[in-house]
Amino acid sequence: MSDPNFSNSVVRWIDHRLPVFTFMHHEMHEYPTPKNLNYWWNFGSLAGIVLVILIVTGIVLAMHYTPHVDYAFQSVERIMRDVNYGWLIRYIHANGASFFFIVVYIHIFRGMYYGSYKAPRELLWILGVVILLLMMATAFMGYVLPWGQMSFWGATVITNLFSVIPIVGDWIVTLLWGGFSVDNPTLNRFFSLHFLLPFVIVGVVVLHIVALHRFGSNNPLGIDVRGKQDSIPFHPYYTIKDMFGLGVFLTIFAAVVFFLPNAMGHADNYIPANPLVTPAHIVPEWYFLPFYAILRAIPDKLMGVLAMFAAIGVLFILPWLDRSPIRSGTFRPLFKIFFWLLLADCVMLTYLGGKPPEGVYVILSRLGTLYYFFHFLILLPGLSIFETPKPLPRSISQPVLGSGAGPVTAEKENS
Amino acid sequence: MRARGLITAAAVIIAVGLTTSPVRASGDGIELPSQDWSFAGVFGTFDRGELQRGFQVYKEVCSGCHSLNYIAFRNLADLGFNELEVKAIAAGYEVQDGPNKEGEMFNRPGLPADRIPAPFPNDNAARASNGGALPPDLSLMVDARPDGANYLYALLTGYDDAPSGMTVAEGMNYNTYFPGHQVAMPPPLFDDGVEYADGTKATAAQQARDITAFLAWTTEPNMEARKEMGVMAILFLLIMTGLLYLSKRKIWADVH
Repeated sequence: MSDPNFSNSVVRWIDHRLPVFTFMHHEMHEYPTPKNLNYWWNFGSLAGIVLVILIVTGIVLAMHYTPHVDYAFQSVERIMRDVNYGWLIRYIHANGASFFFIVVYIHIFRGMYYGSYKAPRELLWILGVVILLLMMATAFMGYVLPWGQMSFWGATVITNLFSVIPIVGDWIVTLLWGGFSVDNPTLNRFFSLHFLLPFVIVGVVVLHIVALHRFGSNNPLGIDVRGKQDSIPFHPYYTIKDMFGLGVFLTIFAAVVFFLPNAMGHADNYIPANPLVTPAHIVPEWYFLPFYAILRAIPDKLMGVLAMFAAIGVLFILPWLDRSPIRSGTFRPLFKIFFWLLLADCVMLTYLGGKPPEGVYVILSRLGTLYYFFHFLILLPGLSIFETPKPLPRSISQPVLGSGAGPVTAEKENS
Repeated sequence: MRARGLITAAAVIIAVGLTTSPVRASGDGIELPSQDWSFAGVFGTFDRGELQRGFQVYKEVCSGCHSLNYIAFRNLADLGFNELEVKAIAAGYEVQDGPNKEGEMFNRPGLPADRIPAPFPNDNAARASNGGALPPDLSLMVDARPDGANYLYALLTGYDDAPSGMTVAEGMNYNTYFPGHQVAMPPPLFDDGVEYADGTKATAAQQARDITAFLAWTTEPNMEARKEMGVMAILFLLIMTGLLYLSKRKIWADVH
């Protein structure tokens, strides 16, 4: 990498003592990026931008919000009615959380399809799963803050899950509650943690990016960058591509924020929390539904909770479950089919998580849960043995340039 | 090709998100008849005449039992009342204030900055006067029920005789659309129960329509500002995204 030559003398003076400009030039400007990334690669930077939107709107909301059981609901309504553009800030924040999960789920499935979790990017992937867990904790606690009916009862159901842990379970639940039921101390600590965790997420995102920049992005062919002809500088090529993707995203996001702001919420959460009245159906936010379906699919409470956490836990070891040396699903005819089946399974579990746990919904939830773990624990390790991958292209620039050199086999690729 | 796949996938995920989340609180799965609301849709606005009539229904019928805690008199300017009218409406109410210098609470006529006074001093008083049932605050009703506007209209026009074989409990009333069909609130609206100043015929159905529109406004007084800004925002974003796409094409022209 060449050191940049800055024309501005002030920049040069600072950079000589504090090389932030050189750092930014290396990591955001000339940073070599595979030239063949498709639009699925937009979702990483998009997730980062949504995180920033959530933090900025969240800080403004915190200026007006009162974390007390007697005032929380009122203070949210005050934000909606009396704070200038408070309705806009809150709708962006609430829907932003949903869109953060949409973007991150697409980002995760992109990583799965193109094998982005494989060597040497295992830690990059694991840091991503840590971010997902932190997001879930943050989103859950944020949903409690308006102190509506679903806030209160969602908090009651989810915190109670920890009581199934042997020996320390009850102690953990008391610690989460700050007492012996979901009450004011619970709301206070959830508010505190909901403010803290996004900054922890930012920290892990920084590590995620450091790990990414070690070897650079994976790409749709899943083969390594072989030289200068395979890569292009991040700026201006991917900055403008990300900006265009951001424009598309913001248009869809704005359509929901301005015209369907409550479509992804629950009507019950516009009723103030009442510990004496249980809602007919207690349902978490849509982004938790697949895990909720897995939880309810298993008749035993402890096993259900374990299965729910294992559904995310299994992602941590994904780099070692999928033993195929081929990264991209494009060259794995069987893997490709099972990838789409897994996606369909997750969509089905999302649907089932929102249905009452009765009749055919329970049976389908069980089948869906079984298939989810079958995919990761049996199918993926087995596929690498039975699957014959398609031949890999010689380099990234070759298929792009369309030159006539013959493809190399998978074995050669990995030798 | 890929971009199209991407958009389809995003649409599917959003559609799943939209359809799975709103779980109907009325677990009976009763179909709510859909009404034609002026405030529905991207360009929907409130009908001021409807809102003013709805406020009259609230004032003369609902406010006997139901509070409207999040609405101040000053908010009524949104309904098309001018400053003097708002002051006059507020002055028509007695509001408790204090403590004064002697430490006593006292009553005075309402001011535009006051919230609309609640009919009962607390929930227990409300229950005591309503056979044990608590009349809910109406401020947020349209968002606090699935498909709120259609639900409220259906509920208010849905009183009927109980089907044979069903016993309605003491003090309860049969309603086609209330979850469980037994509601403590007696039928509140009757033909000509109010007399509209603008000459609109005050049928029970008309009153139900007007009060529902009014409660849609109390639920989200900023709805019109939201939609207006939304149209501008989307237009801006479409143009910006179009320009970004053209820039992207130009910058990438030398890559392939």
